[in-house]
Parts: sequence; structure tokens; C-alpha cells
Amino acid sequence: MLNMTDIMETITMIQEESLDIRTVTMGISLLDCCDSDIGVSCEKVRAKIYKHARELVNTGAVIEQKYGIPIINKRISVTPIAMLLGASGGDPLRYALSLEQAANDVNVNFIGGFSALVHKGFSPGDRELIACIPEALSSTERVCASVNVGSTKSGINMDAVALMGSVIKRAAILTADRQCIGAAKLVVFCNAPEDNPFMAGAFHGPGEPDCVINVGVSGPGVVRAALQKAGAGRDLTDVAEIIKKTAFKVTRMGQMVGSEASAMLGVPFGIVDLSLAPTPAIGDSVAHILEEIGVETCGGYGTTAALALLNDAVKKGGVMASSNVGGLSGAFIPVSEDAGMIDAARAGVLTVEKLEAMTAVCSVGLDMIAVPGDTHEDVLSALIADEAAIGMVNGKTTAVRIIPAIGKDVGDELRFGGLLGSGPVMRLNTASPSKMISRGGRIPAPIQSLKN
Amino acid sequence: MRAVITVIGKDMVGILAKVSSTCADANANVTEVTQSVLQDFFAMIMLIDMDKMTCELSELKERLNRNVDGMTIHVMHEDIFNSMHRI
Repeated sequence: MLNMTDIMETITMIQEESLDIRTVTMGISLLDCCDSDIGVSCEKVRAKIYKHARELVNTGAVIEQKYGIPIINKRISVTPIAMLLGASGGDPLRYALSLEQAANDVNVNFIGGFSALVHKGFSPGDRELIACIPEALSSTERVCASVNVGSTKSGINMDAVALMGSVIKRAAILTADRQCIGAAKLVVFCNAPEDNPFMAGAFHGPGEPDCVINVGVSGPGVVRAALQKAGAGRDLTDVAEIIKKTAFKVTRMGQMVGSEASAMLGVPFGIVDLSLAPTPAIGDSVAHILEEIGVETCGGYGTTAALALLNDAVKKGGVMASSNVGGLSGAFIPVSEDAGMIDAARAGVLTVEKLEAMTAVCSVGLDMIAVPGDTHEDVLSALIADEAAIGMVNGKTTAVRIIPAIGKDVGDELRFGGLLGSGPVMRLNTASPSKMISRGGRIPAPIQSLKN
Repeated sequence: MRAVITVIGKDMVGILAKVSSTCADANANVTEVTQSVLQDFFAMIMLIDMDKMTCELSELKERLNRNVDGMTIHVMHEDIFNSMHRI
């Protein structure tokens, strides 16, 4: 029997603590759209996306109404386009424009999958697609790009890492009049998951079924409120317990919404991504959870330990709540999308070095960080290499989404608006890594890869 | 199939009457009501059976918001509470 306390708790979570379903993402395989003629291929892509996703936004709205739970984003991820480009050849920009049209056709706010998987080397189509990323992101609004440059199993492709420094810079330059938004839609991964529902890094991996529904939940505000209610007298074991219980409840809702959407759309349910995804809204910040645990300002000593506790407890609580867990699953720390992180960065307490340490114990990586516009490409590449190394050695996903703020320097700000938020330009260590980056080649897979 | 209606706000005459008559008009059977008034604050939770309802849940929600002024009203399918609070 339902009781009043449970009902009021759910309603408070949604109304006052910003609990929501962050994204319902439909993954669509485009492998059967390959054609040796790029025009035919693009047309098939658009038709297939429309066929599968035309009811996606509407279904999301029906579920929102039925359960009274907001579903913030409805999105699509597709097969890495480099695979289609390898077969068709031609100008990769045509694929980007087709994806943009397809996203407009079905009215989703982002479509991910202008991607290439090059962790062990380049195959036909990969280099051409990567070279086209800046143009693709500057001439579209909704297309997101990602490149996987490393994995625990295969090591790090340093030729790709070297390339990505200049691709990021160029994506920022081409969109300099729009707050360098191009770079905010581009993620460089190590160990990229094939079923991630979150943008900008979502793509539909080649091992995935033809069409699938993945769900990303959110709820930093709920976790923080639960800790606040418990008070400062509880020890850290209790804190972990409280986070686990809260994560369980949040994830159960994701599981329910995913099952419902999958049944309504007649598409198999893939995974729930157990992530704590912040938004710039007050009360929806991961940094504020860390501060609630007891670090004065996010970025101070203790932050990494608090984040490790938080990340682990979220997974432990969430994993029992869902039949299939996947994606990134962990706490996100995107600076510009998190009110607490923004404040901590402005105050100079949160630095890029500290963020790098934090990425070793939580989900993803250096995310949504604005850096000076005159940063050398090789420095960006070296930053990617460091982050990829953390992912490779620890067998986890890491990513880099940095935005060179063209024409701006430390102390200035970039303002993207909406969920992408705004952020101060942060200082980078600019000692030159050019000699290492110009070596190229591959960092061999670590000993951890030999599990057989 | 049941839904949960919650009504919260400043206490006044006729809230329960307005909510239940709106439900009756939609042929939704009220199966349970819990309400409390603390000082001036009114809180009510009502469970309704939707099986023979003559309108959609979203329509019922609109009618309730129209008929009961000045209160915060939520209408949600009971499964969200079951999935969140029951294993």
C-alpha cells in the first residue's frame, strides 16, 4: 500500500529537488544504410531515422504526462558515420547535414554519432571524417561528434591524439562568433561506451542491436537534499548509505520510464545510465554534493575522496534498481554545466589539475572546460593524452571536452546558455609537449589488458 | 490501474468536494482519501481507479486545475510511486 510519506517524498524530489529523466536516447544502427553512392547513403540515413524515431518526442511527452516526471531531452545516437563514409567515400559534410535534417524531422535536440573509432588505427573514412568535424559542427546545430582515441585493450593512438588538438581548436575558431560552441559538441574518448545515452559523446556502437532505447537519469539535487536532511552528525559510512538509497530510488524511475518508452515504441530497452548529471540550475549541482559532504569549496583537498565515495555509492545503489546498467554510469563533473563548479573555478579553488585527479575516480573526464583561445594545439593534444592514459590504465571511460575560448583569456567567460551553461576561462599549464606529440605512433596497451 | 491525486495549499471550504466531483464527472472511482490540515495548510492524497474513466489522465489533470483554484495539484500514475518505493 502506498503511504503518504512515500508519495510526498517523490513529489518533493520532482518539484523542489530537480529530479528528472535527463535523456531518453534512441540508438539506431545505420549499418544497413551503407551505399557506394554517398547521395543514396544519406537519403537512406534520413529515411531510417525518421522511420524509427518519428514517435520518440511524442512518446516522451505522453510518459511525462502520465507519471508527472519531466523528461528533459529526447535524443538519437547513430552508428559512427566514419563506417558509412568508408563505404561511400565523398564529402563527410553531406552526412552531417543529413543528420541535422533527420534531427529536425523528428524534433530531437541533439543527434550523436558523427564519430570515428580509431583507438588502434585509422581505417578508410576515419581521417576524412575527423578532418571534417570542425565544418560539420559549425554548419549544424544539433549534430554531435566524438572520436575514440584509446582503450585499455589497444593502447592510445597518438597520431589521432595529435590530430584532435587541432580539430578541437578549429571547431572553436569556426564558431568563435557563437561562443565557440563547436568545441562543446565534440568529445575525445578513451574506452568510449557503445551505449552511452548522454551527449555530446553518444553514438550507437557496432555491437548494438538495430534500434534500442537507453535512458540517462539525473538527480544531484535529490542526493544533496537527502544528505542535508540527514545533518552533519553522520559519519561517512552513513553518508554512503544515504547516497545508495537515494540513487536506488532515482534509478528505479529511470528503469520504469525506459521500460514504458520501449514498450510504447516497440523498441528493445537497452540500459539505464546511472549518472549524476548536473545542470546550471541552482540545486542541481554535483559540486554542491561534495560541499555537503564537507569540503568547503569543490576543488579543495578532500574533493577527490568525497567524489570517489559519491561515485561508488551511486553505482551500488543504482545497480540493483535496473535490470541492465550501462553507458557512462557515474558522477559527471562538467564545469560550465554545474553551478557549484562554476563558482569554485571562478574562486580559483578548482583548477584543471584538480579536475584531472577527480576524473580518475568518477565518470568521464575533463568536461566543458573553457581554456584560453591562444592555447597551442599540442597542449590540447597532450591534455587528451594524459586523460586517455588515466582511462587506459584504470580500465574506465575518460573523455575530454574542452573549449578554446577564441579571443579570450583567463578571467573571461564563455556563455553557452541552456543546459551547457557558462564558465570561466581556466588556466592551463603551457609548458610545451610538442616533442612528444610530434613523435606519433601508439602507446602500447598496458599489462592490465592481458586478462585472458 | 490507479492514479494518485495530491492537492496541497491553503485550507478553504470545499476543496474535497470540488476534487471528488471532478473525479465523479470523469467516472473515476475514488478508492482512498487521506487528508490533513496543519494550521492553515491543507494536504490531501486521493487514490482513484482509472479503469472506467471517461477521459484521459491529462484531461482530468486539466479539469482539476481549472476547477480547484489556488491549490497545487499533481495527478500521477501510481506506478511511479510503486517502482520508486517498493522492491
